[in-house]
Amino acid sequence: MATNIIMPQLGESVVEGTVSEWLKKVGDTVSEYEPIVRVSTDKVDTEIPSPVAGVLLAIYVQEGSTVNAGVVLGEIGAQGEQVATLSAPTAAPANAPAPMASAPAAPSASSPAPAVDKGYTGHVTPVVARMIAEHGLDVNAIKGTGRDGRITKKDVLAYLESKGAPAPASSLAPWEQPGSGDLFKPAVEYELPSAPSAPVAPVAPVAPVAPPTPSAPVAPVAPSTPPAPVAPVAPPTPPAPVSSSIPSELLAITGMRRSIADHMVQSKRIAPHATTIFEVDLGQVVAHRDANKAAFAKQGVKLTFTPYFVWACARALLNHPMLNARWTDEGIVVQHAANIGMATALPDGLIVPVLKNAQDYNLIGLARKVNDLAERARTRQLLPDEVRDGTFTITNHGVSGSLFATPIINQPQSAILGVGAIEKRVKVVNDAIAIRPCAYLSLSFDHRLIDGASADAFVAEVKQLLESWQ
Amino acid sequence: MAEMTLIQAITQAMDEELARDKRVFITGEDVGPRGGVFRATMGLFDKYGADRIVDSPLAELSIVAIGIGAAVAGLRPICEIQFADFIHPAFNQIVSEASKMYYRSNGQWNVPMVIRAPYGGGISGGLYHSQSVEAFFTHLPGLKVVIPSTPHDAKGLLKSAVRDPNPVMFFEPKKGYRAIKGDVPEGDYTVPIGPARIARVGTDVSVYAYGMMAHYATIAAEMVAQSDGIAAEVVDLRTLLPVDKEAILNSFKKTGKALIVYEDNLTMGYGAEVAAILANEGFEYMDAPVRRLAGPDVPGVPFSHDMQEFFMVNPHKIADAIRDLAAY
Repeated sequence: MATNIIMPQLGESVVEGTVSEWLKKVGDTVSEYEPIVRVSTDKVDTEIPSPVAGVLLAIYVQEGSTVNAGVVLGEIGAQGEQVATLSAPTAAPANAPAPMASAPAAPSASSPAPAVDKGYTGHVTPVVARMIAEHGLDVNAIKGTGRDGRITKKDVLAYLESKGAPAPASSLAPWEQPGSGDLFKPAVEYELPSAPSAPVAPVAPVAPVAPPTPSAPVAPVAPSTPPAPVAPVAPPTPPAPVSSSIPSELLAITGMRRSIADHMVQSKRIAPHATTIFEVDLGQVVAHRDANKAAFAKQGVKLTFTPYFVWACARALLNHPMLNARWTDEGIVVQHAANIGMATALPDGLIVPVLKNAQDYNLIGLARKVNDLAERARTRQLLPDEVRDGTFTITNHGVSGSLFATPIINQPQSAILGVGAIEKRVKVVNDAIAIRPCAYLSLSFDHRLIDGASADAFVAEVKQLLESWQ
Repeated sequence: MAEMTLIQAITQAMDEELARDKRVFITGEDVGPRGGVFRATMGLFDKYGADRIVDSPLAELSIVAIGIGAAVAGLRPICEIQFADFIHPAFNQIVSEASKMYYRSNGQWNVPMVIRAPYGGGISGGLYHSQSVEAFFTHLPGLKVVIPSTPHDAKGLLKSAVRDPNPVMFFEPKKGYRAIKGDVPEGDYTVPIGPARIARVGTDVSVYAYGMMAHYATIAAEMVAQSDGIAAEVVDLRTLLPVDKEAILNSFKKTGKALIVYEDNLTMGYGAEVAAILANEGFEYMDAPVRRLAGPDVPGVPFSHDMQEFFMVNPHKIADAIRDLAAY
């Protein structure tokens, strides 16, 4: 039996992906776990391994098409096997609806002469009831061909087909059908407000914003449906037009931007945020880094400040488990691994790769890991697993000169540490004026489970670890 | 790839597992020099000797009890019960010891044992050589229950059963021992315990069956395709515990009509569980009542030929039931 290749959910908030490249052609032999298709999402690009060994029987979603997670991309089976799951496009050029329409051949022949039209007998099966409701049909209009004139599922399908209604998407579960319909609709559609009279020029740039993917490769609808014009979603009523008095343009919201927005709103809504700020003297750390930079470089590792902060946080988190915990309705989940997310800026947003079990690494191990994750975050080559299961986040806003911040907690975590710019400041040390490299550490925490005193104790330990670095 | 009978595939699976793993041994009545009452162990005694192909007393309780003890001690027993009808003396051992050992010892001891037993009627065996007993055992969490219907699956599933860390009940449709033939790959392969097999693809009616009835259902589906143009889908369950709900529901979502076929007595038979799954999780896809076709509720499969025919489900009865459901 053929096995479906399914668009996986690549990350917590990623619900759709684009097939960027098929690595195999129909008819190619694949072994289990061999990469078969490359998929890109807002957050990661990844290769999907073949679920089984066999032959690639069918490709339903072409390169360049974007579909929701769960959609069948293709099928794998034995050599010469007919595609079984839904449509058997090779075997019978007919999807579910076609054989269904043709099967009750005899009864339908009599349809022109509805002499004894029993019609609706008063009983419908659950599936018929559901389809009638979904399509808003009138049961009396459907001719029943079942026993005693009962309306069968096939009758509804035939009726819908005769009315030219959209293919019966309802009878198959979403993972059973190749993506079609609104699964293919662009993430955001904008209808150009019909050119208002006055300033034509400024509004014009809105037009090309329409996402590039939709129209061309939309075809992979169920193989049987005629390649009729694939109306890419009925044009909705125009959204609120762009203000005509101010020169402006409307930008499409990318999936990443949308997911960041949702995430931030949600975090602010559910977690009462409080922020505490410490200043840390990084003299020891700077000295250590200067002394070891060359040695690390010999081992191929660029030593930045980030691993020092990750190291200190990982240690302190184990001593302050509430900072590494998670609020749930069932109780507070205390997590015994410091999986530290590192917010990484991208040109059009941000992503948080997670350094798992940070407490297990030494400094060079952390540095290697930090560099690797950051590099692959920027080139969008993170694996789905590498953006999941964080327990705490560090955001290095100091790189752009910011002194301190009030970062928003990365849900479902409970705290986030902002690291400000490292700069030399005048400090009083032993009643003498000294020049020390300092930075502000800003910790935003969820006040539901962390109180000010425990938050301060955590940051104080981070500070102490960094200031006493050997 | 060689064509062989169901029982040849079973023998080959045991032969290969005996060669692969020194911990594997077989015990049961007449399994030694005689090669078992159905000749399933034929030739294995000469090849592996009396230490590994062990003739047992005529006492099923002790066959299974010895198997449990050996499994707990680290061996991989294959216990043969000559007919599933004779398994009842061992019921206590299976229910109270084998199925519960892992749970009761909090994961410290497991019972990697296979109990093979030929089951089913239609062989003029009368009351004591025709029983279907699977429903007694599918009621027991802690067991796996497997029933193959093709030589390919019989070999692959039996190998999986031998390697499984849990007690596996492996019921073999004895009417099909020599009647069912099919291609079997050379050498080592396994068929995983769990997933069902779509034996035939169709869109009109889903037929759920296992063992001999899966074989018959496939024949019946071919009959109705030719005579009535009905496209019946046959789902060969293969593993009854744990059952492949996803395959059951996926087929039903397509057809909306279900016929469950088993040769055991109708009432409280395994098909009742399949019907419950469909009623519970497939309700919105239902386009007809869920139907069961099974043996009548009489105490045993009769010996008289005509009465046996009356009792047994056969391809014609299945075809009629498919037609009836398709027309609903």
